[in-house]
Parts: sequence; structure tokens; C-alpha cells
Amino acid sequence: MENNRFLEIKGLNVSFYTQKGVVPAVRELDLWINKGETLALVGESGCGKSVTASAIMRLVPAPPGKIESGEILLDGKDLLRLTEKEMQSIRGDRISMIFQEPMTSLNPVFRIGEQIAEVFITHYSMDKKEALAKAVEMLDMVKIPAPEKRVRDYPHQLSGGMRQRVMIAMALSSPNPGLMIADEPTTALDVTIQAQILDLMRELQKSIQMSLLLITHDMGVVAEMANRVAVMYAGRKVEAGDVYDIFENPMHPYTVGLLNSMPSNEKYRHAGRLEAIEGNVPNLLEIGSGCPFESRCRYAKPVCREKFPDVKEAGNGHSVWCHFAGDIKFI
Amino acid sequence: MYRFILKRLGLLIPTLLGVITLVFFMLALSPGEPARVILGERANKEAVEKMNAELGLDKPMHVQYVIYLKKVVQLDFGKSIKTGQSVIDEIKARFPATIELAIFSMILASVLGIFVGVISATKRYSFWDYASMFGALFGVSMPVFWLGLVLIIIFSVNLNLLPTGGRMDIRYYFTPITNFYILDGIIHIFKTGDPKVLGSALTHLILPAVTLGTIPLAIIARITRSSMLEVLKQDYIKTARATGMSERKVIFKYALRNALLPVITVIGLQFGMLLAGAILTETIFAWPGIGKWLYHAIESRDFPAVQGGIIVISTCFVVINLFVDLLYSVINPKIRTE
Amino acid sequence: MNPIKIFKAGNDAESRAAESIWYENWLLLKKNRSAMFGLYIIIFFLFLAVFASIVAPFDPYLQNIDLRKMTYFSWPYILGTDDFGRDILSRIIYGSRISLVIGFFAVSISLVFGSLIGLISGFYGGWFDRIAMRVIDIMLAFPYILLTIVIVALLGPTLLNAMIAIGIARLPQYTRIMRASVLAEKEAEYVEAERSLGVGNMELMFMSILPNCLAPIIVQATLGVGSAIIESAALSFLGLGAQPPTPEWGLMIASAREFVSNAWWIVTFPGIAIVLVVLGFNLLGDGIRDVLDPRLKD
Repeated sequence: MENNRFLEIKGLNVSFYTQKGVVPAVRELDLWINKGETLALVGESGCGKSVTASAIMRLVPAPPGKIESGEILLDGKDLLRLTEKEMQSIRGDRISMIFQEPMTSLNPVFRIGEQIAEVFITHYSMDKKEALAKAVEMLDMVKIPAPEKRVRDYPHQLSGGMRQRVMIAMALSSPNPGLMIADEPTTALDVTIQAQILDLMRELQKSIQMSLLLITHDMGVVAEMANRVAVMYAGRKVEAGDVYDIFENPMHPYTVGLLNSMPSNEKYRHAGRLEAIEGNVPNLLEIGSGCPFESRCRYAKPVCREKFPDVKEAGNGHSVWCHFAGDIKFI
Repeated sequence: MYRFILKRLGLLIPTLLGVITLVFFMLALSPGEPARVILGERANKEAVEKMNAELGLDKPMHVQYVIYLKKVVQLDFGKSIKTGQSVIDEIKARFPATIELAIFSMILASVLGIFVGVISATKRYSFWDYASMFGALFGVSMPVFWLGLVLIIIFSVNLNLLPTGGRMDIRYYFTPITNFYILDGIIHIFKTGDPKVLGSALTHLILPAVTLGTIPLAIIARITRSSMLEVLKQDYIKTARATGMSERKVIFKYALRNALLPVITVIGLQFGMLLAGAILTETIFAWPGIGKWLYHAIESRDFPAVQGGIIVISTCFVVINLFVDLLYSVINPKIRTE
Repeated sequence: MNPIKIFKAGNDAESRAAESIWYENWLLLKKNRSAMFGLYIIIFFLFLAVFASIVAPFDPYLQNIDLRKMTYFSWPYILGTDDFGRDILSRIIYGSRISLVIGFFAVSISLVFGSLIGLISGFYGGWFDRIAMRVIDIMLAFPYILLTIVIVALLGPTLLNAMIAIGIARLPQYTRIMRASVLAEKEAEYVEAERSLGVGNMELMFMSILPNCLAPIIVQATLGVGSAIIESAALSFLGLGAQPPTPEWGLMIASAREFVSNAWWIVTFPGIAIVLVVLGFNLLGDGIRDVLDPRLKD
């Protein structure tokens, strides 16, 4: 198991130094992704999942952001110890990333072909002509029709789904893609297009044996794509495990809430209506040493406010951070 | 795209017609008789009337206007009252000097302004950022004529490094071919191998170009900075960084190409302004261009010359603005492909 | 261009709220150190202008052939004397009167007339709008420095005419800004609502819409005072504004031009006065813009 881990994050802490105070965006985060596996990182917006992704890419905007401590091991090598130059050779080659907003994630004044070609020029010192030929290949690979014509298009000439395909093509433009980070890749798309993009990603992942870190708040997408799941809440990991264990036997009240609020899952529908998790994500500035979910948790007891729970293991790598996990049946 | 260009060109005609009309009536209705200017205050009535008839000023105003319009279309602005020379010939003789000065000022302002703006944006809140933005504010707060004189005091009077005015050292005798002295100087080197003419042209150009370029420099630096800051916030910059591009390439290729779109509009506008702003700079540095000439024409109430000069400068201004508009749509793919 | 909201709506009941919004804006502006610095500079020169006769050590017109071109720091002539032996400091102090009056007056002309034309154009549209916009377009086809020079050359070279020329040449900018704001504001729901309540056009235009369109105009006017001061100095420098022996800063620089080689202070100090005042207005104007339109703040 251990030597199969392609990416491993240990004890990651990321803070933002704002005028109002220090915001702990990610706290004591441990994660790993095996080769060829998909890990879904789940949580509401502001829970630290996108910051985690930026930290892996070492693109946390600094200032105000700062990676305080931790290790991010890629094939055993700590990315946080690399120079900026070494890191640049990893970005776009070993780790690539696609973003939520296909409408704004492509540069409006460059042709899409040029933008894809840039990756080959950057990492493989190809000349422009070779790189453009590769760009056509990549567009073909992500199933964009008439790729020879499309390379000459500007982003605004493409639909949202097409642009996200271009983003994927850019992310895969490398002979040895190891990890793709997809930050809410389908959130901004129509439902039908969503399915196409997810199918494409799954297919490509299989064919090139790539690991995928899928960041999403949509449990439906998780069910469809993930091998393993990590649930984050207010900068903390609260539950992690195999996708079947998480869906069959969620052990954290927050995970239960997420599943209950999922429209498509018959099993978690109660009385024919959707359940929302009550309350809002707490202000990260005001979180003390206790469990961050305490303020919204129906089952909270005084101890939850005082102390962040120790890990509880439920076998098969299923771990949960809740004082009462296993003791109370959360519904 | 072509329709767009045609439409913009079509709009040019009424604007220019408006300019010519406004200039004609403003001067025609202003006090002061041109005949008196020519003949002197004590000329007798008959002589004045004869001169008026010669100048066509005895005809009704609307007739004069139509005649003038016809002539202007053929680039005939009449004769200068003061010198008796054809106005268009006088303008032609002086135009290269002004254009040369304006181009060098603008190159200076654009290159430096964009550079300062980009560095300020990327090193936001740094000492460099504060210093250069305060400098830019200082630049737009300065009267051009005062800056010119201060530069003369420092570089000509005290350091004795640069000449105080003119375009060329009078000791060098040479025949201008293009009237762009920098070009002429280069041609002179090819012909005779003597670099002194080019050197003299360059040293004479430095102070006026810096004087004229300071305000555009400051404005361009400020616009570039705010435009760049806006672009750096965009998602596609994060995308570019995520592909492992070097930061330099992210800034100077991916971000700058976007940030320059509004800057180009400003550069065009400033270039047009420079042609008019040259009046002050040329007066200070005795630069024999159209600005200084126009100033003297205004001073001596030389109406045909003033009319001709204003129409020519305004036409350049309008045409440059149009050109910049078109350039903007050519380099902005969103407009070009629609 | 979108209008910037100062008031939420224009009716009487909310005029108190409006007041407090102005007060809030002032509090925000007070926090902006460079804007405050600009304000202090302006207040300083206003003080000099108002109390010139008390503050100035000498009569600005008093000539003394024995004291010609005294250098700076030659007590009691702190900034030296000019070619007629007049005290430069006193002339600069009196000059602030002229420059500030011209600055405010020229801007008032473009502000009042420009905004009014823009307001009517935007509100009523129709033939007035078409004609006004055509004329504005033609005026904008002239570089405004040139337009200013031509107007003043026609009117005759006096200080008053220079002021009027600057006011007219800058007028199109105010018209454009105002018209754009009015066009956007006209679509707002409160206008609809007031119209349905039977509020007349005049009341709607001046009491409801105008106050909501003021913010960008205020920014433009503040920056405009600075440019007007520079332009009037330039006109005087060219002999098209103030005439000797008026202690006008631009004129002081012009008349000392020939002495750059041996009496640099006569040229330099009036220029520094211009730079300082204009810097003050530019700093304040930038600060006001940041407060009134946070979108423009980077």
C-alpha cells in the first residue's frame, strides 16, 4: 500500500493573513492518492478544499496566504522544499489542474491551440509548429470535432462544455501526466454536458493511468467518479474512506447531512423532501480548539466545543473525527 | 469587420466637416479685420476695401464658407497674411519636425510607462510601487513649460550636457532630405560616414522629447498598473501558472497582452494630444515645428494660417483616434471575430 | 459607465439617510492618508490666498532696481527677487489667489453648463440630445489644449477670457459623464415608481436623478481644478492669459525665461507652487474616487 501512494499530504496547515486576523484555511490535513485512483475531496465552499488544491500546486497567493507547515510528497519528494524553478517544471507536467469556470479560465486573447501548445513549448521545448500539431492531437483526444479548425478558435467562440474540454486537453498535455486536480470541473455546466465531461474524464483517466483529485460539493459526482472520499469541514478533514463505506455507512453527522441533501439518492430522502444542513459555515476566525461542526450539529455536547476529537477507525481505511461516531446513530 | 471599418470611416466625414465649419465661423466672426492686419492700422478705407475684395471678404458669409470649404477639400488653406506663403506649404515644411518630436516622446512614454506600470502592478504595495505611483502623480501635476525650463536649467545651463533649443547645431551644414533629422542624420552617415549630424539631431531631441513625454508617461504608467492589477485577478492567469509557465512569461506574455487593450486606447489619445501639446514644448525649445508656427500665427492674428493649422492638427487627432479604435478591434479577438 | 450610488433614492424621507451617507463617505475619505495630505495642501494654499495681504512679507508689485535678481535665502527675501526687484515669495502668495480663483471658476463653468446639458440630453433625449451630442463630438475632435488656445485667442488675451476658454473647452467631458449617468439612472426602479406617483419631470430630473449622478462629476471636478490651474498658467505663459505685472505663476515663469542661465530661482519657485497645488487636487480627487467608486479602486 504505502509505496503505491502517488501523492501524500501530511499535516498541512495553510493560513491567510488578513486585516481582520489570521484565517486558518486548512488545518492538520492528511491526504493521500494512490496511482490511477480518484480521490474526491468534498465539502461546502470555503471549507478549504480549493486552498488544498492551490497548496499542492504551490499557487496559494502569498501574501496574504502562507503554507505554515506540513509536507506534500509527490512520489516521495516534498514539493514544499522545491525551488520555484523546480516547481514550475512539475506544474503542468506531473500535476495539472482544471478549474470551475471554463468561461474565464482560458485566456481571451490567445487562440486555444496556442494555449495548449504553450504547455508543450514550456515542458518539452518543442518549436511552435510541432506544439500546434500536438495541440490538434489533444483536441482530438478530448473529442472536440474538427480539431484542425478548432485550434484556431478563440475561447469566446466555444461553448462552456467545449471550453472545459479544452481545459482538460491542456491539463493532459504532457507525456507523463501523474495527477490531475479538478476543482469543481462540472459545477458551471449544464447537467447533460456535466455527464459528458465526467465520462470523458473517467475514460481518459483509465487510458493513461492517471490519479485524479476531484474537488466537489456534489455527492452525485462523487458517487459516479470516486474510489475514495475525504470530507472537509471548515479547514479540517472530518471523515475519509472508501466511497462505498462513506455512502453506506457515513459516520460523521456532517457527512450524513451532505448525503441527506443529495437530491438523487433515494435512500437518504426523508418524508419526500430534501434536507438542508441548518445554519452556515462558521467564520474561520472564530473557530476555537473544538470541533468546527459543533455550532451546526444536532448532536453536539459540551465536549465538542472543548476539544477536536481524536480519530476513530472503522476498518478498511475508514476514519472519522467525531466524539460520538459509532455511539450515536446519526440520521 | 469590414463593415465596422467602413462605418467608422463614414463617421469621420461629418466630424471633419464639423471641425472645418467650427473653425471657419469662429475665426470669421471674431473681431479684427485681416485687411487691417496686413495693411496696418492707418490704412485708408479704399485700400482696406480693395484688400477685402482681394481676400474674398466682401462676399456674404455663407458664400465665403462654401468657397473656403471647396478650397480646403483640395488642401488649399489660402496664403499666410504675414508671410504671403501658401499655408499648406508652410505646414508641410514644419510637420516633420513636430511628428519626429511626437513620435520620440510617445515611444519614450509608452515603453517606460508600460514597464513602470507592469512592475508596479506585480510588486504591488512595495516601495517601488509607492514611489513610482507617486512619481506618476507628480508627473501629471507638472506644467509642461516649467518642466522644460527646469530641464534646461539642469542639463543645459548647469551640466552643460545638452543644447537649450533648436533641432541641429548651426555649425553643421547639411541639406535635409526627409526633414526628419534623425533619418537625415542616418542618411548622412551612409553618404559621408560622418556621425556628427545624427549625434547633434539626437542631443537636440532629448530634452524636448522628455518634456513632451512626461505627462503621457505618467498617464500610461497609471493606466497600465490598474489594468494589469485587474488582469492578474483573472482565472486564466491561474490557469497559466498551473501549466508551469515561468512567472515572467505569465506576466509579460499572458497577462500583458490582455492588460494592454485599454492602454492602447490611452496611448492613441495621448499621441493626438501631443500634437497640440507641442505648442508649449516647441515654444520653449525653439523647435521649428507646427506648434511654434501656429503659436506665432495666433499671436499675429494670421487667420488663414490659424485656420489651416488647427484643421490639420485636429484632422490628425481625429484620424489617430480612429486608427486606434480600429487597431483596438483588430487586436481584440472578441471584436475581430464578430 | 454606471452611475455610482451616493443616495439610495431621492425622496425627502431619505434625505436624512443621504446626509449620513455623505458623512460616511467623509469618514472613509478621512482614512485615506494621501487624500488628506492633498486636502491639507489645498487648505494651506487657500489660507495663503485669503490672507495674502497679511501673510505676504512685501507688496508683490513693489519694484526696487537696487535689489534685482537677489538670490534665494537673501534675507528678508526668502525666495529671492525677480528682475524688477520684486519679492518672489510675496508674488507667489498673491499668485495663489489668482490660480485658485481661476481653477474654481473655470471648473464651475464646465461643471454647471456641462452637467446641465448632459442632464437634459440624457433625460429628454430627442432632438436636443442629438444636436448636443453632435456639437460635443465636434468639440472633442479638437485636442482641448488647442481648443482652449483658439477660444482665448479669439476672445482676446485676458485672465477672464482664459478662464472662460478653459471652462468651455473642458465642458464636453462633464456633459458626457453626466449624460451617461443619467441614462443609466433613468432606468432605475425608483424613477419608475416616482413617475407613477405623478412626480413631474422637473422634480424628477433635479431632485431625484441629479443627486444620484453627482459622484463621478465630483471626482471629475476635483481633478479638473488641478488641470485648470495648469492650463491657465500655460495660457499666461504663452501671453494669452494674465498680463504683466500681475503676479500670476505662469506669467512669472514666462517673464523669467530669459534668466534661466543666471537666476534659476525666478523660474523654479513659481513652478513648484503650481506643482504643489495641482498635486493637492490630484491626491484629493484620487481619494474621492476611491471612496465614491470602490470598483475603480485596485
